Amino acid sequence: MLTYALVAGVLFGLYFSLVGVGLNLVFGVMRIVNLAHGDVMMLGAFVALGVVTLAGIDPLFAVPLAFVVFLLVGTLLYWVLVPRLQGSANPEMLSIILFFGLSQVVEAITTIFAGTSERSIQSRLLGTVFSTIKVRLFGGKPEAGPIRILGQGFPAPWVIAAGTSLVAIGLVYVYLYRTRLGTLTRAVMSRRDEALASGIDVDRVSAAAFGIGLGLAAVAGVFAPFMFGSITPAFGADATVTSFAIVVLGSLGNPLGTALGGVVYGVCYMLVQTYLSSWADLLPYVLLILILLLRPSGLLGRQVRVA
Amino acid sequence: MPNAVKHVLFILVPLIAVFAVLPGVYQNHLLLFNFVTFLILAQGVNIIYGFTGYLPFGYVGFFGAGAYGFAVLVMHYQSPALVAVLAAGLVGVLLGLLLTPLLRLSGAYFAIANLAASLAVLHLVANPALEGITKGPYGVSLTGTFNPSHAYYAALAVLALTVGGVVFLKNSSFGLALQAVREDAVSASMAGVNVVKMRIAAWLASALVAGLAGGIYAWYVSVFYPDNVFSGDFSIFAIVFALFGGVATISGPIIGVLILYGVYNLIGFTTPQYFQLIYGLLIMGLVLFLPAGLVSLATRRGWHVP
Repeated sequence: MLTYALVAGVLFGLYFSLVGVGLNLVFGVMRIVNLAHGDVMMLGAFVALGVVTLAGIDPLFAVPLAFVVFLLVGTLLYWVLVPRLQGSANPEMLSIILFFGLSQVVEAITTIFAGTSERSIQSRLLGTVFSTIKVRLFGGKPEAGPIRILGQGFPAPWVIAAGTSLVAIGLVYVYLYRTRLGTLTRAVMSRRDEALASGIDVDRVSAAAFGIGLGLAAVAGVFAPFMFGSITPAFGADATVTSFAIVVLGSLGNPLGTALGGVVYGVCYMLVQTYLSSWADLLPYVLLILILLLRPSGLLGRQVRVA
Repeated sequence: MPNAVKHVLFILVPLIAVFAVLPGVYQNHLLLFNFVTFLILAQGVNIIYGFTGYLPFGYVGFFGAGAYGFAVLVMHYQSPALVAVLAAGLVGVLLGLLLTPLLRLSGAYFAIANLAASLAVLHLVANPALEGITKGPYGVSLTGTFNPSHAYYAALAVLALTVGGVVFLKNSSFGLALQAVREDAVSASMAGVNVVKMRIAAWLASALVAGLAGGIYAWYVSVFYPDNVFSGDFSIFAIVFALFGGVATISGPIIGVLILYGVYNLIGFTTPQYFQLIYGLLIMGLVLFLPAGLVSLATRRGWHVP
């Protein structure tokens, strides 16, 4: 039971870090709180739904599609909203309200077009591309069912989502530390005004970070129907709060800390779920407040950040 | 005539008078009660956000805690409704005291921590393990104290208290000191303002009115679930109403509630998703084009708005 809770916690935690990392990138670079984060996830889930119902292929193909679409949407949205917001008196506070408005718009439009019913995707559809390749190369029969780790069976979508999250966070790391644009991004993160003064095109860097943040949220959304069972247009609000808990755990403004925050959150959540299930809902919030008060900079504080 | 007297005579008295007379001529009493509740909450947000700059994203926590304070007193001690309402205010203040460490955080961190705190209180109240005290997620039913018309006038009294508090903040050196702290805490403290004490006073005042409003809400509706009284809509609506009118003024939040909540009731119930769309666009437009609220249309022209 303990092993199960721990492994499930790590799997969920990796997925949760993917949920949070986009939000954190946006906050770190622009000091903007993207309250529409959960709604972008919800749209990502609808992309997966569209891929399955229209094309009838593995929802994994929705991952690159969702990422590219929301990368473009995010970049456009940045130019429409953010420069004007940054010019106002208190952008950090006003961004909370602005993006709350955006989340309302997204939720309303989705409701108008898709209705309020719960939608889900059959979990065996996810990862069919893997079993097909396996059958082609090694023969044998396509097998579905739980994946065994440490002698315990876990639903295959959990493992696939955790794996994708690992890859995505690895790519974020490569982007931030191995590319030129990533270096500039880190410069803007640590000192926006100095970056501006040294001739960095802050708006371009920020637009890229905003697009990537939204793209990552949409990718996380692709797996949401599998991780949470089903999806409705109203899913966004709860997802945003959970993302916040994770991001603050890991420390706001440090995208890689989010990976740690996600795993800590996932493991704690599963442990409490297993042993004290009626208190499980309370945990993320108490954890969040405690961390904020005891270590306002998160588990990996600003000082530790290599930026 | 000093400004404070003018503000009381021309804003507070007409507002209370209109809402005291309206139940006689307008049949939808629940709607009127909701208006009064949101007026209280928007002014409560005004006290903490407008005058100190802390955005209380989990403001509903005090409201819900007040409602449950009322419920627990009535259910377990059979206390009269008015006593229970006062206790609800006390519960709000106690929760505020418990959360004072949050004031150490700033900006978005405070807003998020406050949101988390309100959700923590919700999940504590709704916990099936505490069914003996709060009835957990199954909701409470307080038929013994049910008396909507008394509750309505109690809400009016709290509204008068709250608006009076804002009038005081607007016209006193205390309010001026608070605004100085909001603009620049270091300079204010150099000028001899006790920053911590000031902030805590405003925070507790704002918690008090939300607790009282929650208690009266419980009295009025008498049957409710944790999800009703801790609904995030209360925080969001109160914040948006206050901002829409313009914070750090007396009239701003009142104008915001009357216009936006009025619009909500005109189109909100028949087609909620279209309303949500309009509402979202309105909020975005507000932040982008009128970040200081409707009253800034007048102040920009140099007119003084109380």
